[in-house]
Amino acid sequence: MSRSHASAGTSGADGHASPTAGTTVHVRVLRQDAPAQESYWERHDVPYEPNMNVISVLQRIAAAARAKDGRRVAPVAWDCNCLEEVCGSCTMLVNGRTRMACTALVDKLLEENPEEIELKPMSKFPVVRDLVVDRGRVFRALERVQAWVPVDGSYDHGPGPRISPEQQEDAYPLSTCMSCGCCLEACPQFTKIEVHQRSGESVEQLAQRRDEAYDDGFVGAHAISQAVLFNNHPTGKMIADERMTALTAPGGIQMCGNAQNCVAVCPKQIPLTRSIARAGRAATVWAIKKLFDR
Amino acid sequence: MAQPRVLVIGGGLAGLSATMRLAELGVEVDLMSLVPVKRSHSVCAQGGINSVNSLTRQQGDTEWKHLDDTVYGGDFLQHQPPVKEMTDWGPRIIDLMDRLGVPFNRTPEGFRDQRRFGGTLYKRTAFAGATTGQQLLYALDEQVRRFEVEGKVKKWEFWDFLQPVLDSSGRCRGAVCQDLVTMQFRAFPADAVILATGGCGLVYGRSTMSMVCTGSAVSRAYQSGAAYGNGEFIQVHPTAIPGADKLRLMSESARGEGGRVWVPRAPHDPRDPREIPEAERYYFLEDRYPKYGNLVPRDIATREIFDICTTDGLSVEKDRLCVYLDLTHIPRETLDRKLGGILEIYEKFQGVDPRSVPMKIFPAVHYSMGGLWVDYQRSASGGMEEGAPKNQQTSLPGLYAIGECDYQYHGANRLGANSLLSCIFSGLFCAPGVMAASGSLRTLAAEESKGLFDAALRRQEERHEALLARRGGNENPYTIHNELGDLMTRVATVVRRNEQLASAYDDVCQLEERWQRCSLSDTGNWTNQNVVFTKSVGDMFPLAKLILKGALLRDECRGAHYKPSAAMPGIAATEPSAQRLEAEEWCDRFEANTRRWLKSTIARHGADGHPQITYEDIDTSLIPPRPRLYGLVGGDVIEEVWKERQRKATAAQAESPRATDSALPVGAAS
Ligand SMILES: Cc1cc2nc3c(=O)[nH]c(=O)nc-3n(C[C@H](O)[C@H](O)[C@H](O)COP(=O)(O)OP(=O)(O)OC[C@H]3O[C@@H](n4cnc5c(N)ncnc54)[C@H](O)[C@@H]3O)c2cc1C
Ligand code: SF4
Ligand code: SF4
Ligand code: FES
Repeated sequence: MSRSHASAGTSGADGHASPTAGTTVHVRVLRQDAPAQESYWERHDVPYEPNMNVISVLQRIAAAARAKDGRRVAPVAWDCNCLEEVCGSCTMLVNGRTRMACTALVDKLLEENPEEIELKPMSKFPVVRDLVVDRGRVFRALERVQAWVPVDGSYDHGPGPRISPEQQEDAYPLSTCMSCGCCLEACPQFTKIEVHQRSGESVEQLAQRRDEAYDDGFVGAHAISQAVLFNNHPTGKMIADERMTALTAPGGIQMCGNAQNCVAVCPKQIPLTRSIARAGRAATVWAIKKLFDR
Repeated sequence: MAQPRVLVIGGGLAGLSATMRLAELGVEVDLMSLVPVKRSHSVCAQGGINSVNSLTRQQGDTEWKHLDDTVYGGDFLQHQPPVKEMTDWGPRIIDLMDRLGVPFNRTPEGFRDQRRFGGTLYKRTAFAGATTGQQLLYALDEQVRRFEVEGKVKKWEFWDFLQPVLDSSGRCRGAVCQDLVTMQFRAFPADAVILATGGCGLVYGRSTMSMVCTGSAVSRAYQSGAAYGNGEFIQVHPTAIPGADKLRLMSESARGEGGRVWVPRAPHDPRDPREIPEAERYYFLEDRYPKYGNLVPRDIATREIFDICTTDGLSVEKDRLCVYLDLTHIPRETLDRKLGGILEIYEKFQGVDPRSVPMKIFPAVHYSMGGLWVDYQRSASGGMEEGAPKNQQTSLPGLYAIGECDYQYHGANRLGANSLLSCIFSGLFCAPGVMAASGSLRTLAAEESKGLFDAALRRQEERHEALLARRGGNENPYTIHNELGDLMTRVATVVRRNEQLASAYDDVCQLEERWQRCSLSDTGNWTNQNVVFTKSVGDMFPLAKLILKGALLRDECRGAHYKPSAAMPGIAATEPSAQRLEAEEWCDRFEANTRRWLKSTIARHGADGHPQITYEDIDTSLIPPRPRLYGLVGGDVIEEVWKERQRKATAAQAESPRATDSALPVGAAS
């Protein structure tokens, strides 16, 4: 491997010895074969390549299908799609921190810990297998806060409302939320809800019971931020009251302890605490208004 | 009679817009996707979406000109009525997306802002930051979620479409699919099945596409008898960031906002690019295409970048092919506002700030113009008849295709920012026709005999079990996929040569044989990604073969398909009369070539596993084909001669009043 490649990495320049060809990356993965089964650690060695990310590490592990001790093992399961941090699929705990695997660059990770890279599934969602978790609750929360513009339909009614550049610049960052769930993983108020199928229970019954359980839990920073987004859209705000009802119900905004962990881990740098503060103020105003409306 | 029920496979822009329209029309929709629909590949689109708008209109733009740019850019290889309908719908679609809350960039007065994309002289492209695709997809996802809450749409996420179920008459009655978590199979009876499964970039190993863009669904429909159109037309995007796992796109908008492409005049100049003086830089696109500059259509930009590195030996680096894409002359603030997202991608993966250092880029496989052959009903005004059941219908009745997986809109080359439009358009537009078709069925699919579905289920279960049971094979599906990708990238992208294509075809057949000996490293039946991937690799071979065979047979240059042996160079003569003579010959050759090759390639899966290729005439009744002369030496002389010929032809037609209608037969995919 040429020198120019090594320096294209993020270390090199500041004195860190960048790994080179021939070097091995040690990886430790927390695996779990299926829900309700024991998890276990497994070690893998992957040959180093410049510009690698955690996805390419997992691709090499899948192709080799052998653990470090030489045993043939099933490939580690994980989710990904876009590989450019815009689809929200690949969230996992990399070296203990919730983040997107596709933008977790090996060079950077080795700076954090030169010994090994540690991969774990998110802890706030039920494990499906290995690094794959069920994040249905993330989407369910979007239903709870009615995160949409209530248009009449798809027939032509001319353009949407005029929107100033300031309004657009305000809305746009909120609209880049990719439902990755990092903010939920980091939030102390967001705790894991796992519902197992009872014997004799149909898939539909299970789904319903699960949704009810989800709806009792904390709705999450991402959904609060979406509610703010739509409550500030000229058409979206036509159902602002319904969103406020959802946000002030149990599991709503009052559960947020303002720990601000969420904003620190959001890969899209969405100003979540600002959204939460705005939603909080709106909730107060709304509560007073409701009091007088009675 | 029960409600009509439609199964939509794929929840990108096309699938979501079809779902929304169908639900609105009262159809019950099952929406299926390999990934949660909100994570579909459409989120990757950065640049924007095209349509005539109030501003361009006042500069002389019309829907007709958008149509003209699209067919000219596509080298006339598309039926024109559907394109006309699409460009007519453009303004309405942008308005709709605007109403759905897409945060399009705004002018100071609060109107939608637009930028200019390749292949046009107008600023037609509406955009939302640098994540237009994500924003459009989210808006549709939100509407579909609304219908889901109302119980009109049922989502099946983490499901794999395995095959359409056909009755004895060949009509599609539903599909068999697999749950990717539990690995269970299930039959989905439906009045119609709509495929909206996107492109097939992974046939090329690494591309700018997402990991689910394997083309598996389309391949399965093709193997079940659906015809495939124009497979050999694969767009290679001029500007991508080379990476080990993916080739990440650098959007055309970087050039739209003024980005300049150059190489140092001295090969592999070791200096920091910022220290290379203007005079020692070669802005080869601006130099060779003064009218369009850095915004020449994609196929041309790609070939020029490829050529400057290979033929001219002017690659920036010695052992890796790349050129500079330079934005450093544009104020940081402007860049952040207009291109923030895409510049972050470069920074994130390359660790270099493109606002202060020119980026290094190279072409990468990006878009499949080809796809499932679909039909349409021509309207009296030369567009597409709304509500006609055959719009977007594949050669298998009851099976529809929309979005990137159909072949309909982009001909031999897609213009930037036209795909998001065609996806949303085909999705919205097909819905009433699909509904009309299901209403007209004698028996609803739900009442179809159980045997049909049971047989299909059994077939898929057997294939699955056979794969899991395959022991002792020493082939690895990941290795085979890499080899296939390298091969296809080498021979079937920017420059195509017959010897290479022919031998690659044999190599693909061998790879396919080796694939038969793949053994799985996971033989379980719970979230087994290994077997799903292996299946999808197996389904890449039929597509690879039809791409190669189509390319091999097509002995001409058209759009993204370029064969040096068939190239028509410009005019060599310098003396005016000799120039004219050459131009006449050039036009003769062009006309002969048009007669021979202005046809869609139609591939059908043969019983022997090889594609059977036939050709279909194209409806060019709206805009007569004309040479694409971007930057050709002597192009002005050729154009002059060409125009004279056109004038004569028109005059001749006017004299014989009973001239036959110029519309060519369309429809039957023979
Ligand atoms: C990086 C990039 C940038 C782009 N930028 C632009 C741009 O600026 N402007 C523009 O006009 N175009 C752009 N394009 C092109 C455009 O994004 C795509 O053509 C378009 O998004 C395709 O949308 P789609 O709805 O057809 O399919 P996709 O969005 O690809 O969705 C396909 C769907 O099908 C599902 N699916 C696939 N196979 C199966 C299966 N076997 N079973 C079940 N479900 C399945 C997937 O899960 C997914 O939901 C860009 C493309 C790329 C790669
Ligand atoms: S600020 Fe609220 S939502 Fe964010 S991490 Fe803290 S408790 Fe959770
Ligand atoms: S707010 Fe940020 S961290 Fe939370 S889901 Fe959205 S993108 Fe992910
Ligand atoms: S793969 Fe899409 S965010 Fe990482």
